[in-house]
Amino acid sequence: MNTENAVEVSNLTKHFGEVVAVDHISFQVKKGELFGFLGPNAAGKTTTVRMLTGVIKPEEGTASILNYDILREGLKTRQLTGIVPEMANAYVDLSAWDNLMLTGELYGVPKKRRRERASKLLKEFGLYERRNHLVRGFSRGMKQKLLLCMALMNEPQILFLDEPTSGVDVGSQRLIRDMIRELNKSGATVFLTTHNMEEANALCDRIAIINHGKIATIDSPERLRMRSSGLQSIEVSFDKVVSVDELSKIHGIREARKMGDKMRLYVDEPSAVFDKLIDIARSKRLKIISLNTLVPTLEDVFLELVKES
Amino acid sequence: MLLMDNNLYREQFKRSFAILKKNVRIYYSKGPVIIFGLLVPFFLFLSFYIGRNMPVEALIPGLLGMTALQLAQRSFHGRATSVGPAIVPWEARAKTLERLVSSPVSIWTIFLGDVFSSFLFGVIVSVSPIIVGLSIGVGIANPLILGLGIILATFCFASFSILLSAYPPTDNPASVMMLSSMIKFPLVFISGIFIPIEELPVWGKTISSISPLTYFTDLARHSIQGHSYYPMTLDFAVLAAFTIIFLVVAIKIHERTIRKRI
Repeated sequence: MNTENAVEVSNLTKHFGEVVAVDHISFQVKKGELFGFLGPNAAGKTTTVRMLTGVIKPEEGTASILNYDILREGLKTRQLTGIVPEMANAYVDLSAWDNLMLTGELYGVPKKRRRERASKLLKEFGLYERRNHLVRGFSRGMKQKLLLCMALMNEPQILFLDEPTSGVDVGSQRLIRDMIRELNKSGATVFLTTHNMEEANALCDRIAIINHGKIATIDSPERLRMRSSGLQSIEVSFDKVVSVDELSKIHGIREARKMGDKMRLYVDEPSAVFDKLIDIARSKRLKIISLNTLVPTLEDVFLELVKES
Repeated sequence: MLLMDNNLYREQFKRSFAILKKNVRIYYSKGPVIIFGLLVPFFLFLSFYIGRNMPVEALIPGLLGMTALQLAQRSFHGRATSVGPAIVPWEARAKTLERLVSSPVSIWTIFLGDVFSSFLFGVIVSVSPIIVGLSIGVGIANPLILGLGIILATFCFASFSILLSAYPPTDNPASVMMLSSMIKFPLVFISGIFIPIEELPVWGKTISSISPLTYFTDLARHSIQGHSYYPMTLDFAVLAAFTIIFLVVAIKIHERTIRKRI
């Protein structure tokens, strides 16, 4: 057991009937890390979070949170965590304030601290004026912000956020992302489940990509991009039309595609292809209007990995 | 280690009161719930009582018995569902059960909270038949026995209410209610509410002996009319045994099935 790790998962497995939802996955999340858990729909993201947060039990494997076993010491692990589940599940027949008081009581937060904490969080998330309103009348964005407030009532050491910005407006998304960054900066470990590549790229220290219940890869967003050298490309545009076939014949170009008035050339080594492009331009009396090297986006990497797995 | 366990149990016990408060706010403090809780047993009993030659003292124990049992079967939000057994499927459907399960509370804590809220509501509602009785001149021979009986019986039926929702693990309150009604209504007829146990045939007495409601009605008769069919200690002992069995069996089943609801 490594005390540097906030989460340790080993061979975690879960079936739903015949379907393998999570298939012997293993990974670690370091203390203070903002860890992204990325995958397409039905990849096993939510099932993993639900196992780690004690909602469902794994059939195989072990997992610990801050060195407490999730099965044997579930009360301790849940005491140290805050959770924003995928489905909005605040009590709609209670006010925002009562939801926070209930959460505080369930986590054993003393009354005075509960009230201070609820006021502070509601103010930070812009819900204080609506604190006495029933949650039934809240918008999706407001509910999501309230769920985040509820998750933070116990000042958790580790936060599980399952699609926290899904279905909320752009302003609320930005507020939630800023809060996540702030929380992480203040020392909390964050386990973020998302299918939004941009969000993962902007927030996470490391990303695990899961598909069909299996982890395809784990790395930092930048290294993931760089690692996928096969996805590097050059975007070039000439002043006259050049056929795709002609460019495809150049040694070092794996694939050429016409993208509007530009050509996208997929290459293994961009610098080796530059000279050849300049030679062609000279020999055919073409003028190069633009020439850019493109690194793969996280989305490219994700799609490739998902395709492979 | 023992100290840590004691602290843990004390803390979990405290947290069950958070569940209690939540249930009271969401489910039990609604006007229709309270009105139905008071009126349904009252009118059901009157419909049986009027036109029959029964002493008025015989009315109150039966009414008390029905009120105590009714707490396991309250009309809720006009949807003809009940509070006690309906809470778990209702919360499973609203995805709030997931919130509770992922909190640092045990399954015991969640269901003790449900039982406590049901119990509290049952005790409060049970006061109304006593007020009716006192206002029409019915004397209570043994108020202490009656008080203890109400407390034990409402706790017993509160535990019974969570047993009714334990299986099957559904998120549909209507399914639970159907099962609940199938069990509750026969209980009313075999428990000495409408016909005193001593007037039942032998087979009727045998059947009535398996109903916990019989022993509470018997205790109430002893407290108000001064006589009972069973010895008082037996009434208390059987009610206590039913309470423990209902509570332990219900929570054990919920422990096994709760994750199937989520």
